[in-house]
Amino acid sequence: MALIKDRELSEDSWVHIEDGVPVPSDGGAIVSLERWQAERDALSGRNAPIGIRLDSDTPAENLVADIDRLDLIAVPFSQFKDGRGYSTARLLRERYGFTGELRAVGNILRDQLAFLERCGFDSFEYAGGTDATEALRAFDEIEVVYQTATDRRQSAAATRNHPSRAFSNGTSG
Amino acid sequence: MYIYDEIDQTMVDQRVNQFRDQVRRRIAGELSEDEFKPLRLMNGVYLQLHAYMLRVAIPYGTLSAEQLRKLAWIARKYDRGYGHFTTRQNLQYNWPKLEELPDLLAELASVQMHALQTSGNCIRNVTADQFAGVAADEVIDPRIHAEIIRQWSTLHPEFTFLPRKFKIAVTGAETDRAAVKVHDIGLIAKRDVAGELGFEVIVGGGLGRTPMVGPTIRDFLPERHLLSYLEAVLRVYNQLGRRDNMYKARVKILVHETGAEKFTEMVEREWEQIRDTAVDLPAGERERIAAFFNPPLYDKAEDAAETLTRQVAGDADFAHWVETNVAPHKADGYAIANISLKPIGGVPGDASAEQMDAVAALAERFSFSEIRVTHEQNLVLPHVRQDELYAVWQTLKSYDLHTPNLGLVSDMIACPGMDYCALANARSIPLAQEISERFADLDRQYDIGELKLKISGCINACGHHHVGHIGILGVDRKGEEYYQITLGGSGAEDASLGDIVGPAFPYDKVVNAIETLVDAYLGVRADNERFLDTYRRLGADPFKEALYGVN
Amino acid sequence: MTQQVISANRLGDGIVVYLAADSSWSERISGSVIAMDETAADALLREAKQAEQDRVVIDPYLIDVAEVDGVVRPIKYREFIRATGPSVRPDLSKQSYVPDTGA
Repeated sequence: MALIKDRELSEDSWVHIEDGVPVPSDGGAIVSLERWQAERDALSGRNAPIGIRLDSDTPAENLVADIDRLDLIAVPFSQFKDGRGYSTARLLRERYGFTGELRAVGNILRDQLAFLERCGFDSFEYAGGTDATEALRAFDEIEVVYQTATDRRQSAAATRNHPSRAFSNGTSG
Repeated sequence: MYIYDEIDQTMVDQRVNQFRDQVRRRIAGELSEDEFKPLRLMNGVYLQLHAYMLRVAIPYGTLSAEQLRKLAWIARKYDRGYGHFTTRQNLQYNWPKLEELPDLLAELASVQMHALQTSGNCIRNVTADQFAGVAADEVIDPRIHAEIIRQWSTLHPEFTFLPRKFKIAVTGAETDRAAVKVHDIGLIAKRDVAGELGFEVIVGGGLGRTPMVGPTIRDFLPERHLLSYLEAVLRVYNQLGRRDNMYKARVKILVHETGAEKFTEMVEREWEQIRDTAVDLPAGERERIAAFFNPPLYDKAEDAAETLTRQVAGDADFAHWVETNVAPHKADGYAIANISLKPIGGVPGDASAEQMDAVAALAERFSFSEIRVTHEQNLVLPHVRQDELYAVWQTLKSYDLHTPNLGLVSDMIACPGMDYCALANARSIPLAQEISERFADLDRQYDIGELKLKISGCINACGHHHVGHIGILGVDRKGEEYYQITLGGSGAEDASLGDIVGPAFPYDKVVNAIETLVDAYLGVRADNERFLDTYRRLGADPFKEALYGVN
Repeated sequence: MTQQVISANRLGDGIVVYLAADSSWSERISGSVIAMDETAADALLREAKQAEQDRVVIDPYLIDVAEVDGVVRPIKYREFIRATGPSVRPDLSKQSYVPDTGA
C-alpha cells in the first residue's frame, strides 16, 4: 500500500479505526460515518484531525451539516467498476463545498487515477498491481479534457473560445 | 463534417500512447488479464470466439472517403481483408492481433478516428440519423449535437464506470431512422411555438433481455441546456442504477422500477442544481461545431432530374435500384443513394476492403467525399447528383453493392451470432443468408413490400429482433440452435416491441416458417398495407394459425 | 467419462489454440492432447493455468471432444466453430486460411 497525495508519494499520517476499536487521542483518525454520527462531539473535541468513511450507497447529502468539521473524507471503492464514488466526490466538492482531503480507498486501478482526480480526489490509497512510482505517470497521460469537472481544468471548448488562456494547465482546485 | 483541431488530435494521439503502454504492460506481465480487461474494453477490444475483435467508432455514422480508405487499408494490413458494419454505426475487425493494436489505433488516429468508448460501461459511441443534413423532413442536422455529445462524453471522468453501458441516439427529423426510442437516451430535435430549437428527451428505452420503449421525460429541453441535462440524467443513473445484478443495471430498469414520473423529478431536481453552470458549452462553441456541418456547395443541377428520368426509362435494373435504394434529397437535382450491404446470400453488414475502397472512390467523385453508415448495416452516399446516379450504380454493380433491396425482406439486420461472437447462443448469419436466398426473386420482394426482418443470436439483441416487423432470436436448447419468432416490432417513430408468436423452431425449420408468415400476410393484407400494418390490424391469430395450424 | 482437451486463446494474437502433448499450443485441434479421465484433465488444466500465468494464453478451459475415425471433434457446436472458423467463411477456416504476407 502506498499513499499518493497531490500526485506525490507521501507518508500517511492517518489511520483507519474500525468500529469498536478505541480512537487514539492524537493523529488523524478515520472512522465510519455511523461512529461519527454516534460520537460526534467526543470525536471533534479530541484536538486532532478527524476523517470519516462514506460508503458509496450513502448519499453525500447526508454529510452536509458535518462538512466543515471534517478534515478528511474517505470514499471506499469495493470494486473498481463501482463508479458511484466519482459522483459522490463531485458532489462533496462542488455542491457541498468540502475542502479537506478527499481520499479514494479500496480497489482503484492505476488507470483510474486521472478520472478520480478530475472528480475531486486528492489522495489515493494505492494498492494496484503497478508500482506506485510508475503509477504517478497516469495523471498526465491525456492532457486534453472535454468537460468541466471538479478540477477546473479548462475544457477543450473553453480553450477554443478563449484562446488567450493556456490549453492545459493540469492544476486542481 | 467535423474536422479535428489540434486539441482533438492531441487527445487521440495521447490516447494511442496510453493504450500502447497498457498493451506493453500486459505483454510484459505487469498487468494480469483481469486488470487489463477493463482497459482494453475502454478501447473497444474484445476477446471473441476466434480472436480479438476491435470495434471502431464511426461517430453518428459519418465517414470521409479518406477515412473509409484507411479502414480498407487497415482491413488488409491488420486483419483479413474485410470489416463488419454493426447496428451501432461502428465497424468491427474480427482478427486484429493484440501486439499490433497500438499501431492499428495510430493509423486510425491519423485519419481522426478512434475506438474509444465502443465497449465498457461508459457512454458509448453516439449514433444519429444516417440522412442527417440531407433529409427533407429535418429540423436541424442532428450531427451538430451528436458531435457536441461525443466530445462531452469522451473520457468523461464521472461517467466512465457506470452501472452498465449507455447509448445515446439523436435525430432531427420526424421520420425516426435512428431508433431513438430504444436507446438509453433518445433525443429528437424540434422547435417550440416561438421557433426556439430544443429536444424531446426520451430516457430508458432499450432492447436486450428486458426490451422497453423509452418514456419521454421532457417534451422540450432548450438546446443550450443539452449537456447539463444529460449530465443530470447520467448522475442520477450513476448513483442509483442497480449494481447488484448486471441484467438489471441498465437505466431502463431504473426508470421502470422508479417510475418515469419520479425518475423525471429526480433528474429535474439534479438539473436545477447544475443548469447555467460551466457544464454547458461556452458561447461560440456550438457555432464553431455547427459550421462543420454546413451543407456542401451543391451544383445547380438543373437538368439532372430529366437526365435521370431518361436513364431510368432505358434500364429496368437501374430503375429498380433507383426506386428502392434512392431517397429524396433536400437539394434540387440531388439524391441520397443507399448502398445495400445485403447481397443475396451475403453476410449482412460485411464489406471487403475492395468494396470499401470502391465506395470511398465513389464518394470522392460523386458525393463530396462523404459516406454514411446506417444502423441497418448499410452505407449511404448522401449527396449524389441525380444525373450521376447511373454512373454510381454501374460501379456499385461491379462490386456486388447494387442489390436493390433496401427496406425489403432481404435487407435484414443480423448480428454476427455464433460464427464470431463469444456471447451468442446460435448462428445468425447463415440464417440470414438462407432467408435472403429463399426470397432471392426481387419481384417477389417488391410485391411483399417493406418488411424489416431482424435476427439476433442471443438475448442481448444486437440484431434488434424486438423491433423487427419479424424478429428472430436464437436460443440454445440443450445444445441445439432454436429460434424464437416475434412479430409486430418497430424501431421507427411508431416504435413497438414484437410479440412472441409461439414455440421456437429448430434451425432447419426457420426459413420455411418465415416464408409461411410472409405468405399468410400476402393472403390477408389490404391494399398497400405493410406487413407491420397488417399485423397491427389483425393481430397474431392469422399468423399463428399459418405457423402452428391452431389459434 | 467424456474425452477432453484444453482450449484457449493465444495472448499475443488472440487465435484459438489447443494444448499439445509436448506442452506447446497448436492452432489445430488435431494436434491437441486428449485427457481420457478426470485426473488427466486436471493435470492438463493445471499446465494450462501455468501457461496463462506465463502469459502464453488467456482463458484456458476444458472442452468435451469425441474421436470419430481418428478425428478429434468438439461435441458442442460453439467449440466446433472455434476449432474450424466461422461457418460462413470457409476461406478463413483454420484448414484453408493462409495469411497474405504480401499485403
